[in-house]
Amino acid sequence: MKKLKSTWYNMAIVLTLIAVIAGAALAYVNNMTQSVIAEINQKNEDQAKKDVLCTDEIKINSETPVEIDGKEFIVYNAGEKGCAVKAVDPKNASFGGDLTIMVGFDPDGNILGYKVLNTNETPGLGAKAGEWFQKDGRGSIIGKNPNAGELAVTKDGGDVDAITASTITSRSFLRAVNAAYNAYRQSLGRGPLPTDGQTGATQQNN
Amino acid sequence: MNYLKVLFNGIVKENPTFVLLLGMCPTLGTTSSAINGMSMGLATMAVLIFSNLIISLIKKLIPDMVRIPAFIVVIASLVTILQMLIKAYAPEIDKSLGLFIPLIVVNCIILGRAEAFAAKNNPVASIFDGIGMGLGFTLALTLLGGVRELLGTGHVFGLELFSDSYGALVFVLAPGAFIALGYLIAIINKIKG
Repeated sequence: MKKLKSTWYNMAIVLTLIAVIAGAALAYVNNMTQSVIAEINQKNEDQAKKDVLCTDEIKINSETPVEIDGKEFIVYNAGEKGCAVKAVDPKNASFGGDLTIMVGFDPDGNILGYKVLNTNETPGLGAKAGEWFQKDGRGSIIGKNPNAGELAVTKDGGDVDAITASTITSRSFLRAVNAAYNAYRQSLGRGPLPTDGQTGATQQNN
Repeated sequence: MNYLKVLFNGIVKENPTFVLLLGMCPTLGTTSSAINGMSMGLATMAVLIFSNLIISLIKKLIPDMVRIPAFIVVIASLVTILQMLIKAYAPEIDKSLGLFIPLIVVNCIILGRAEAFAAKNNPVASIFDGIGMGLGFTLALTLLGGVRELLGTGHVFGLELFSDSYGALVFVLAPGAFIALGYLIAIINKIKG
């Protein structure tokens, strides 16, 4: 068979055909995988709720959506075990786009655990956030209570060690944690934490 | 046509990273560790084999003047399909590799091989070229990632060789990528003679 000539007619037909076939293939695969992917995400989130509250079995009493700076936070109240909060960085200023985390607070507001749900941070650098702030990590935030002052990295006058060479990610992560705490307070009917407005973090990120 | 020759062509003689200097963006960006480099290489290889095969099959149907947009649509669709399949059926791989997959679309090795090889050769040879080039890319990225990880953190594939407090962090960051790649290219060209 001879190769098709580059006439307008041929080019239009071929490009349209390729686009239609590619579109159909994508639609088919999307249709096939959509529900499986949604299921996996749901399972991950359910597991994350248990993990961040350090428990194997939880009963979610209520789900309260809270809006902070136009971003939606969801507070899952598990009664005496505390609350798990699905949170994002309200400034959306991490290194690689959306950073979604789940944070667990005990009824006194102490951080029980956290989990990174969705991240596009650089592997080997910002992506370390998943371990760095855990209990055995260098910048552990477990047991801290944002009520005693917003969490901030040491560079900004706080007491959390930032991930080496990933200060932007670390700041973004801590903003998400602080926002999660505010969402948690609001879900309990308390106002947002009064901010002093002059911490290093706010200054440097303006 | 000697298929074995096509295969080794991509690994040594025309290694995409060290000789053709194609696909520098993912090469520099994703090789902060050996495992990251290898993951990116393997994912690219998977797409490269299929894109070479498909483009070789439809090469006669594509008029010359619109070949680039046609190739790009094929490659982008393949990558998107791969991403959806991995997300759905291999969530573990998605966790470690997810970020790299969309990057494959803009990897010029894929378009380069479509243009330089698959559009001129038969499907079987194109598959071998995909495997060869893919392996060459994977080896190069693993090597570069390994060197950077070792110098930067003292680890290779998570195995500790020396404490990371002696590591030169610059090698994990962007400047180290350029430095390490430059030296590797020089060394390999010297060895090849």
